[in-house]
Amino acid sequence: MTGARRLLALVLLACAYPAQAATLAIDMLEDSGDARYEAHRLDEALRLQPWGRPAAGAEVAVQESRFAAAALGLSLTLDRDSASGAAALEAALRRRYAQGVRFFIVDARAAPLAVLAQRVRDLDLLLFNVSALDDALRGPQCQPNLLHVVPSQAMLDDALGQYLASRKWRRVLVLRGPQAADRAQADSFARSARRYGIETVATRDFVPGRDPRQRERNDVALLTAGPDYDAVYVADSDGEFARDVPGMTQRPRVVVGSAGIVADGWHWAWERHGAPQLNARLRKAAGRRPTQYDWSAWMAVKAVVEAAQRTGGADFAKMRSYLRGESITLDGFKGFRMGFRPWDGQLRQPVLVTGDNAVLAVAPFDGFLDPRNALDTLGIDARESACRRGDGK
Amino acid sequence: MRSSRHSVIALSAAAVLIAALLVPCAALAGGRNLAYVSSEKDGIVTFIDLASWKPVFRLAVAKRPRALALSPDRRRLYVACGDGNSIDVIDPDRRTIVARLRGVDDPEMFALTPDGGALWLSNEETATASALDLASGRIIASVAVGDEPEGVLVSPDGATVYVASEVANMVHVIDAKTHVLRRSVLVGNRPRRMALTPDGRELWVTNELGANVSIVDPLRGVVSGELRFAPQGFRVEDVTPVGIVMTPDGRTAYVTLGRANHVAKVDVAARRVLGYALTGSRAWGAALTADGRRLLVANGLSDDVAVVDLQSFRVERAVPAGRTPHSIVVDDR
Repeated sequence: MTGARRLLALVLLACAYPAQAATLAIDMLEDSGDARYEAHRLDEALRLQPWGRPAAGAEVAVQESRFAAAALGLSLTLDRDSASGAAALEAALRRRYAQGVRFFIVDARAAPLAVLAQRVRDLDLLLFNVSALDDALRGPQCQPNLLHVVPSQAMLDDALGQYLASRKWRRVLVLRGPQAADRAQADSFARSARRYGIETVATRDFVPGRDPRQRERNDVALLTAGPDYDAVYVADSDGEFARDVPGMTQRPRVVVGSAGIVADGWHWAWERHGAPQLNARLRKAAGRRPTQYDWSAWMAVKAVVEAAQRTGGADFAKMRSYLRGESITLDGFKGFRMGFRPWDGQLRQPVLVTGDNAVLAVAPFDGFLDPRNALDTLGIDARESACRRGDGK
Repeated sequence: MRSSRHSVIALSAAAVLIAALLVPCAALAGGRNLAYVSSEKDGIVTFIDLASWKPVFRLAVAKRPRALALSPDRRRLYVACGDGNSIDVIDPDRRTIVARLRGVDDPEMFALTPDGGALWLSNEETATASALDLASGRIIASVAVGDEPEGVLVSPDGATVYVASEVANMVHVIDAKTHVLRRSVLVGNRPRRMALTPDGRELWVTNELGANVSIVDPLRGVVSGELRFAPQGFRVEDVTPVGIVMTPDGRTAYVTLGRANHVAKVDVAARRVLGYALTGSRAWGAALTADGRRLLVANGLSDDVAVVDLQSFRVERAVPAGRTPHSIVVDDR
């Protein structure tokens, strides 16, 4: 069932407005049935997987917003609800909605999130997706009230595509897992490969396990034998198989995708644009190294507060149009001005190309240009988008 | 008066003769005729001779030196060393470190009080602005401000301290006597550095991510204007204004544009950009020569200092200055 607890209620009032302090309430909605957060998975700390719940990131952002809230005479609150599956999440959301909450940070996989967003599409609220990368959520399943803070799979693959092209590693062997999400990831990379002139020399399906009768499909050396390639792309949405691919390939080649060189929205070792300070705050709050999911929860709160600051209060309609408008400037400690794409609600942002303990490069790379904004070389642009929100809001 | 007589006595007649022969008349200037440049990556303060435009001395300081300032009596040069957690005190005549003030956490930017008795610095880690008494080396005041405070400016009368917070997007106005935070003014995104007009009526604040300058009325605590930059061939996301200097007459401001690799020349009264000059990769700290003829710009990613001739508003030369040059002080008065 739904467990609700008040996490943090910072009441920061300028002395001048003791009585009429308005509340700016944000709720963190977590799917307690999300298998990514099972203890054994968290222990593995796999690349591109959450290493813990991202709620601490949101708390850091609330802390950072104390002066902004005080200046506006606002009381900024952050609550946290945990429920399993779309129906329970919806019930929790509606209860908070009845209390006046309009901003929801959703930490759930794509399937429950798509259902939830569809069911509450007529309510005056905004959902911030902080942990589902799936392109379909930004495409056919998009909703007018759903904004995506965490980068899409397409953005990550475009970053890798630019990286491979700039290194001139243009022949890629793709290893693809058995899950639907693995296939979607491989399709996403295929799209990026076409965009950046990367040749897929072969796509081979792997299965996890050690069954000798399936060794053609579970042995990395066998999977990577055959014609030459410059890099191996592993499409493994769980990351468990991918973890063991680097260093085990038949040929001495780099591994990219779900292991090896990984495109990521954030990295604990990112050093520029004030990132060390932010990472120190996130790390302290979470008790571990931060991931792109922690950064996304932090960024979602920052976006809400920025909208309150620039619109001068907590008026939801004004804040919503500001958040989705072109004039917003969000600071994600990645060096670029960021805002949400009008066509699919995705936060445009740089993507980090990372090794295990370092950021190797940052996309967009020099020389990859877009007519309007270089950040739009990453991910699905307006012309390609399958999102038909038709909301007019 | 006493110090100038002292220095005349110290110089031997031969040295005076040699100096007179070596220094072209046009470049004759006061002070030591040097520029000091901090460079973050190699922990160096480079001394550049303003007559020969050559680096003449490299002084190793504590790790990650950034902001620099010369004391009002010009006898001491202070350097904030972020990773060294210290303010290093340099004697520019002896070219040595004479004191290392510890107990400051990751200092980045600071400003000296007009009497030279203290410096106000921003503490990124603790979200405070604090006053460091230079005689005792002790922190004598600490004021809570928004996260990641950056630029610090003390008003010429010493009464007010302005601190920009990168994360709160605010400039905090602090009473220097009572150490009370008087007000916080919402400015553009990621405010970095500030300059005050000579009449004290306009505080210009560079916004790195906002690609603009917010013009704050410090008396009323409101933003009274905004100035955008659009150097040709650069997109707005490349325009990251950080450094700002104003001429002593308050008529012209120069704003370095970071990744846009240019410096902008601005008519302060008209609030209008007059032109752009290409300086080098990631234009950052800047300083004017006393004669008002040149602007020095630290190029963080090309490891040099561009010397901009202000009549033609073009770079006339670039001088190597350590790895990742950050801030510049000109000592030519």
